[in-house]
Amino acid sequence: MPENFISRAFRGRRQTSEVAARLPPGQYLEQGFPVLSAGPTPRTPLDRWDFTLVGSVAQPKRWTWDELRSLPHESVTVDIHCVTKWSKLDTHWEGVSVDTLLAQVVSDAGYVVAFCDGGYTTNLPRDAVTGGKAWIAYAYDGAPIPPEHGGPARLLVPHLYFWKSAKWVRGLRLVEKDEPGFWESLGYHNLGDPWKEQRYAGD
Amino acid sequence: MEGTAIRRRLTWQLGEVVETRTETRRARSLTFAVPEWPGHRPGQHVDVRLTAEDGYRAERSYSIASPPEEQPKVTITVERLDDGEVSPYLVDEVRVGDHVELRGPIGGYFAWEATMGGPLLLVGGGSGIVPLMAMVRHRRSVASTVPTRLLYSSRSQDEVIYRDELDDLARRDGGLTVIYALTRTQPPGWTGYGRRVDGELLRDVAWPARENPLAYICGPTQFVETVATGLVTLGYDPTRVRTERFGPTGGG
Repeated sequence: MPENFISRAFRGRRQTSEVAARLPPGQYLEQGFPVLSAGPTPRTPLDRWDFTLVGSVAQPKRWTWDELRSLPHESVTVDIHCVTKWSKLDTHWEGVSVDTLLAQVVSDAGYVVAFCDGGYTTNLPRDAVTGGKAWIAYAYDGAPIPPEHGGPARLLVPHLYFWKSAKWVRGLRLVEKDEPGFWESLGYHNLGDPWKEQRYAGD
Repeated sequence: MEGTAIRRRLTWQLGEVVETRTETRRARSLTFAVPEWPGHRPGQHVDVRLTAEDGYRAERSYSIASPPEEQPKVTITVERLDDGEVSPYLVDEVRVGDHVELRGPIGGYFAWEATMGGPLLLVGGGSGIVPLMAMVRHRRSVASTVPTRLLYSSRSQDEVIYRDELDDLARRDGGLTVIYALTRTQPPGWTGYGRRVDGELLRDVAWPARENPLAYICGPTQFVETVATGLVTLGYDPTRVRTERFGPTGGG
């Protein structure tokens, strides 16, 4: 591929430098909130919903919906970046920090696999979801997260492409050895850092 | 899950535009010759990158409309979004002989090959027909007999993409049924559906759940939500209902 390739007569639409500085390479600004899901939207009643930490832990841990909601929670405003190229700035979420949850189990595992209603999974290094970088979010823009956007609860890991922010999340499995999740098995990047444009395997 | 993992690195390649075809007032197909194209599965997409003279770049993803059997030619169909940055360029500006940077294929879950069987239900809304067309064309290319029903919702008849080809395929092939729903305006004497797809229409058109169908739905978010939920309500196995959605929702 020639480095100096120019698309004839393409001008494009520039963002202000302030917005441009917040858009990772190859991303465009989106005002709406597109939905991407591989299958039907699952609907689990809250009285049957729980969140668990399982796998390589001394003692697995389980929270019901009410128990999770009574944990200390945080409000965060973050930019989100979807691998399909859109980014959305200043999105407002509320949820429980993953640090708060992991503090309640004993585990040396270096990786987690988020698992979800509907069968979706995504894998993350433990240090990508700790240190104030990830939440189990249950509110978006001051209201419960709509089902098509992952409600009742979704993982929120805004520093990675949004497929890592698993919708309909039901727990984290701690694992010693990294294992690819759903999209990671289908050619998407194992980590997915938007600022390094890690969209696909090998990027 | 099926699907071959993409293990090699996806690199940008120059595709030469070898053919353009106006499909509707807003949609155009572009066929690229991509000498190093690694092949794709019907339903996958391709990334497109445009570079302005000052180095400014824009990237987008588009569904592939052509079947793998046409390799190394790859066709996309693009619908012009009036406030879009890239689609007006691809629909109105690009001409035969131009080059466009491409990389792919991308995806692999929203993909169907004849070997996966059926019966197959394809449900498309608007330009959501594009990846489904790659499946229909693949099915024809390999002379598959998998029983297939395509339900295609458009606002009006002149917004139906690939209409002549679909009608022709359905006429020649008893295993393929094409059902249209025109949601806003219908031509005089219209005998197809003249309303939005809903649970009742799906009950009329979709394969019975007991036949364990495989379903692919592509279209605007609300359309896909309605159809996917409708099929699950009819008893479809959710793991055999695959979706691809585009467009913003009101929620954001």
